[in-house]
Amino acid sequence: MSPRRTDTGGRIDRLKTIRFTFDGVAYTGHAGDTLASALLAKGVTLFGRSFKYHRPRGLLTAGVEEPNALVTVLKGEVREPNIPATMVEIHDGLVAISQNRFPSLAWDVNAVNQLGGKILSAGFYYKTFMGPVIGPLKGTRFWMFCEHFIRRAAGLGSAGSAKDPARYERMNAFCDVLVVGSGPAGLMAAKAAADHGARVILADLEPRFGGSTNWSDETIDGAPAADWARRTVTQLEGRDNVRLLPRTTVWGYYDNNTLAALERVSDHKEQPAKGEPRHRYWAIRAKSVVLATGAFERPLVFPGNDRPGVMLAHAAERYANEFGVLPGERIALFTNNDSAYRAAVALKKAGAAIVAIADVRSELSAEMRKLATEAEAEIFGGHAVVATEGGKALSGIKVQRFEMVTGALTGEERSIHADCLLMSGGWSPTIHLASQAGAKAEWNAARQAFLPPKPTQQWIGAGAFTGSFSTVEAIAEGRAAGLAAAGGTGTPTALPTVEAVAGDPDPAPVCEIRAKGKSFVDFQHDVTSEDVRLAHREGFVSVEHLKRYTTLGMATDQGKSSNVPGLAIMAEALGKPIPEVGTTRFRPPFAPVSIGSLAAERFGDLRPERLTPMHDWHLANGATMYSAGLWYRPMIYGHAGETVEQAYVREARATRESAGIVDVSTLGKIAVQGPDAAVFLDRVYTNMFSTLAFGKARYGLMLREDGLAFDDGTTWRLGEQDFLMTTTTANAGKVMQHLEYFLDVIWPELKVHVTSVTDEWAGAAIGGPKARQILAACVTGTAVDNATLPFMGIVRGEIAGVPVMICRLSFSGEMAFEVYSGAGHGTRVWEALVEAGKPFGLVTYGLEALGTMRIEKGHVTGAEIDGRTTARDLHLDWMLSKKKPFIGSAMMDREGLIASDRLELVGLIALDNRPLNGGAHIVEALDEANPHGSIGHITACCYSPALGKHIALALVEGGKARHGTRAHVSDPLRNRFGPVEIVSNHFYDPEGTRMHG
Amino acid sequence: MMAEYSAFSLLANALKGNKDWKPAWRKPDPKASYDVIIIGGGGHGLATAYYLAKEHGITNVAVLEKSWLGSGNVGRNTTAVRSNYLLPANTRFYEHSMKLWEGLSHELNYNVMFSQRGCLNLAHTPAQFDDYARRGNAMRHLGVDAELMTPAEIKRLIPALDISSDARFPVVGGLMQRRAGTARHDAVAWGYARGADRRGVDIIENCEVTGFLRDGDRVTGVTTSRGDIRARKVAVAVAGSTGRVMQLAGIATMPIESHVLQAFVTESLKPFIDTVVTFGMGHFYMSQSDKGGLVYGGDIDGYNSYAQRGNLPIVDEVMSEMLALFPGLARVRMLRSWGGVCDMSMDGSPIITAGPLPGMYLNCGWCYGGFKATPASGWTFAWTIAKDEPHEFNAPFTLDRFHRGLVIDDKGQGANPRLH
Amino acid sequence: MLITCPYCGPRGVIEFTYQGDGNRERPDPASQNFEAWNAYVYDRLNPAGDHNEIWQHSGGCRAHLRVVRNTLTHEISSVAFVRGDHGSAARRKAEDKA
Repeated sequence: MSPRRTDTGGRIDRLKTIRFTFDGVAYTGHAGDTLASALLAKGVTLFGRSFKYHRPRGLLTAGVEEPNALVTVLKGEVREPNIPATMVEIHDGLVAISQNRFPSLAWDVNAVNQLGGKILSAGFYYKTFMGPVIGPLKGTRFWMFCEHFIRRAAGLGSAGSAKDPARYERMNAFCDVLVVGSGPAGLMAAKAAADHGARVILADLEPRFGGSTNWSDETIDGAPAADWARRTVTQLEGRDNVRLLPRTTVWGYYDNNTLAALERVSDHKEQPAKGEPRHRYWAIRAKSVVLATGAFERPLVFPGNDRPGVMLAHAAERYANEFGVLPGERIALFTNNDSAYRAAVALKKAGAAIVAIADVRSELSAEMRKLATEAEAEIFGGHAVVATEGGKALSGIKVQRFEMVTGALTGEERSIHADCLLMSGGWSPTIHLASQAGAKAEWNAARQAFLPPKPTQQWIGAGAFTGSFSTVEAIAEGRAAGLAAAGGTGTPTALPTVEAVAGDPDPAPVCEIRAKGKSFVDFQHDVTSEDVRLAHREGFVSVEHLKRYTTLGMATDQGKSSNVPGLAIMAEALGKPIPEVGTTRFRPPFAPVSIGSLAAERFGDLRPERLTPMHDWHLANGATMYSAGLWYRPMIYGHAGETVEQAYVREARATRESAGIVDVSTLGKIAVQGPDAAVFLDRVYTNMFSTLAFGKARYGLMLREDGLAFDDGTTWRLGEQDFLMTTTTANAGKVMQHLEYFLDVIWPELKVHVTSVTDEWAGAAIGGPKARQILAACVTGTAVDNATLPFMGIVRGEIAGVPVMICRLSFSGEMAFEVYSGAGHGTRVWEALVEAGKPFGLVTYGLEALGTMRIEKGHVTGAEIDGRTTARDLHLDWMLSKKKPFIGSAMMDREGLIASDRLELVGLIALDNRPLNGGAHIVEALDEANPHGSIGHITACCYSPALGKHIALALVEGGKARHGTRAHVSDPLRNRFGPVEIVSNHFYDPEGTRMHG
Repeated sequence: MMAEYSAFSLLANALKGNKDWKPAWRKPDPKASYDVIIIGGGGHGLATAYYLAKEHGITNVAVLEKSWLGSGNVGRNTTAVRSNYLLPANTRFYEHSMKLWEGLSHELNYNVMFSQRGCLNLAHTPAQFDDYARRGNAMRHLGVDAELMTPAEIKRLIPALDISSDARFPVVGGLMQRRAGTARHDAVAWGYARGADRRGVDIIENCEVTGFLRDGDRVTGVTTSRGDIRARKVAVAVAGSTGRVMQLAGIATMPIESHVLQAFVTESLKPFIDTVVTFGMGHFYMSQSDKGGLVYGGDIDGYNSYAQRGNLPIVDEVMSEMLALFPGLARVRMLRSWGGVCDMSMDGSPIITAGPLPGMYLNCGWCYGGFKATPASGWTFAWTIAKDEPHEFNAPFTLDRFHRGLVIDDKGQGANPRLH
Repeated sequence: MLITCPYCGPRGVIEFTYQGDGNRERPDPASQNFEAWNAYVYDRLNPAGDHNEIWQHSGGCRAHLRVVRNTLTHEISSVAFVRGDHGSAARRKAEDKA
């Protein structure tokens, strides 16, 4: 390894030394270096291994499109795999390792795959590994056996399971003009738009603004182009209407000019500043977008084009001019276009020897010859590189005379000693965002490139993006685009003058040199030109079939450099022009995006938590909480040493013997108000509400439009036009939307307003033989005796000085009351009730006891109203009014909904006196070995303290007709089988004498 | 005769420089008439053609594809194959599919890479666990494999999964179907295409149906971008395009909405998870491909769309749910996203039936579960076309079941396609 | 995707709930025309092109909007309140501001 840092030049800070490690070896670099440039400066040529053949690979590019040099960056236990070394800015303490190699990058056993060569051709997986049709490896087993090893060989870096301690955040931004790319076109566009007064955001994925000015030798306004860029950026920085986003990749172009961008805020720092996120996800809503995203250089396809040391020409120019690193000492070039000559001169100036320029074109312009002379390079016009030599670093190339029209190679091969070969196969405009926005790219035969189409959304292109590869054009187009995007027609910003060597933007239409040896099209996935031709022979000729069959363009670089060469080779095989093979539609993201950034604030905090007003009280009083949707509710209030079952049995028993209290604040509560409120409720519920007296409540059932059961709950009439509807906890939001839909869309003539008041009320249900006495002991302002507060009656009073509304209704089957107070006073009322209950043996109970008592009563919940049951199935047909139409009434009697074999609600008693399981099935005849013949399933089960038995609710075919018969639970999943008796779902006090008191 | 594809043929061809491989399917021009035309060269259409030829001897068949073969959802899905349904009609049908999957690579002499690495549905509350138990027991009572797993067992299977009790939605258990797994989606289309082609079926790409030929009510053929083609029977298997194609036949409305579903893949990783896993407190599913990419998705965007592209809210939601299960993936990167058009039916279950017009056969309503159905869909559809009556496996999947109240609603969401 | 709520202005699609095909006509509540009921509940136009559909601004003013949106391009060509009288409220709000 020899140091290749130039003495001067580049945009690095030679005074600042940075220490990092790669594969455990300590290196130093300078501020401004990428991992790629810093390692290259130390003479490193081997950066990675390819996916399939594990071939040694070096740097192909200097940017985001890098397919070869992928590394994993380690931050403690947290891993970030598959990052191009070209995109990692070094910082002190950076730890990076190579990937997809064993035991080491230099010596990789899987490189043996290269011997498989022709067998491991495109699509070979589909043709083998199927295994025998009989014997122990029949079916899928042989494939799965092989797959086990294939999966271990495949894959690049490794993900970890340690939680990333970093923070991610999301920003919504709005602007008049978003400029993507900060090269000459983008900078000029931003300036023109900003000068016009538009709110501008300028984003570039690189840390430095300026794009090609950072490495070109051109001058603008008589000074190095980079100076102009820096001046322009400084001007923009000082303006209130401009936001500059460096290190920001605009990766998605979504509907209505919504663009998604990823800002790498602190990856380049040893420690982020306090509160600083790692990544920031920008959702930018731009009135107009200027796409100035430049172009990617393409490789040429020839044998050995993947050897470490073979690199894109402009990448070498970047390493030399932007980073002060020479990729080689003896550099050869191979090109089909003029742009590479600029690189030759730049590298010569930086101190390298340019040993040869092989150009497929035999006729070269005087300007190019002049540049070659300036680079002191021997020109091989009408020549092609046909081979490269060397192992993990290039040692030489072979060139041969090349006939461009026929592709024929003639004459002697000539060997040239070189440690670096630069190639240029022309340029592909970076049209990804335009393509994502919905437009189909158009092939330009002269440019040998897909150019952006007519916009389908509000964007304007500028510079190399449009196929205008010169800086002069870029600046002019940038200004025009910026002004137009800002809606401007006024005096445009003055144009700077550019001095640059004018080259021909059109390459020769040559992308492949057909000679002996593997020629790579997709470097990362090891797709060769022969693979493309094999796909052609097998009929995989459309671009999408080509991609899917060969995996061309599916690697982490998404074919940024390989798509066009692959298409060109297929087009040649087909004898058709490239557009007839098809154009790929680019999809988001433009470049890979961290998943953390997309989760942003929801990383580690997926959903909000809903807590009832009494939540803290429950926690302080021994409750074990249960997650119910977004809510947390007490499951049990366990005593020391109790099991869950012991706790709920104690709570339920105590409630039935004396009294119990439960937090019901989570029930959905909707205020239904207005002159037509009663009419509305008649239409919404299956039963009548217009007949409900003031100060009374009624249990109601709702159906969906299709006639199936939807939700149930009580609705309280507080006044002529004032109802308080309660819903199940789970359906609160759905019912609200259902009501709003009907009021707004179907019955706009009804004068009704609905308001969700779930969070305004705290609710406590107190039930049991002593519940009334407890209330009487703490309620003031009203009596609670049977006359004042009959079943389903409502009164208003006060508890502990807090106004409350009390309704006498019962879910537990005991005499019970629901006490509602303002949410802010919920705990005070709750505590007062608990205190008042002490002398009466009041217990607090949780969801388990609540469930137990409702099962004993045979009430239904979401487990039975599961979206597939009808009112009849649940024996709620008594609630279907025949006096009026209601939502679902027209549809509820269809043949499928009244069939005799439907699942109906029943009760079950375990005859073996063992616990039952939710989700167990019911069969007539038990067959433990081969369970079959399910006639239903258990929806809820418990040990019933009231009955002293294990009981369950179940949905069973034929339901009621089976009352009094025997069946079996069949639960092969938990190996629980046993006899049950099918009974009515009303286990306990079916006449309701207890609650009516 | 040596199988067309085998380790030996690979070796023999490699020695000859891979010059002798034949096209996987021919590129014929359409004939003037066929016994059966199948509109739609996706997985279901191609499988139908294959089984028509193989099981029923009907080989004078054309498959018409408006674009490239397999360009619809067979090439856009997240490749999971499972038969873990709740309702018997679905379980029976998908289990038949599973059995066909288990022999498919041999059947087609094409490695579709069906890998039975299991599908695990995570439960996050005891109530949800009971729901999964109901489903698993329903499967077991129909002879389908299913088992429940404890958090500890799940952690051993998927070490990267966060099962900590302080997670927002802790894992309380899961329902596992071991025979479920993943397959190489494109290979399924190509394998069926080659199998059908070798039996004489004409697969005609870039041939868009523009209308139906009619004799009164009866459908007698189609008009296409490549001319008129007559047929005794015309079968429609066009998934997301069902509404559009049926409108060409004068049927204005269908119990179908076309919605966009996005899917995602990360960069290639070394083995990270072995099974298909689903999140119970949202809508998220993930597996890892043989190439190493994590393949995952979530809910549909939730509005009618034929655009094959979605929007950011679902992207953000899916990634958030992903990290709730796998917090170690925050620094892994999403490589590619795409959208498919799903034919969402009114009960979440498919339609495979003769009709609704004489001479017409209809296969649609796959929501976003169509990939795993491919073999059984083709198999039962071919039966229905050949015999003019449904097989018992597809008998419940009629078009009139909605009106008759005989819906097969596995999710219990009613006539709201965006919720299935 | 952005929907311009006539009351709240342009808002991201995440604020809205899709309520489906706006062409469906609910029969008279007392109607016994089952075909009409079935069509209303189950049958959809599902066009590839402009679609008349209903969205609720559930994360905003909660009004239901009649939106014409192209299902091939997602372009929205019109948005209006389903219920006409919101229109006057919006106008009042605009006038108050002016």
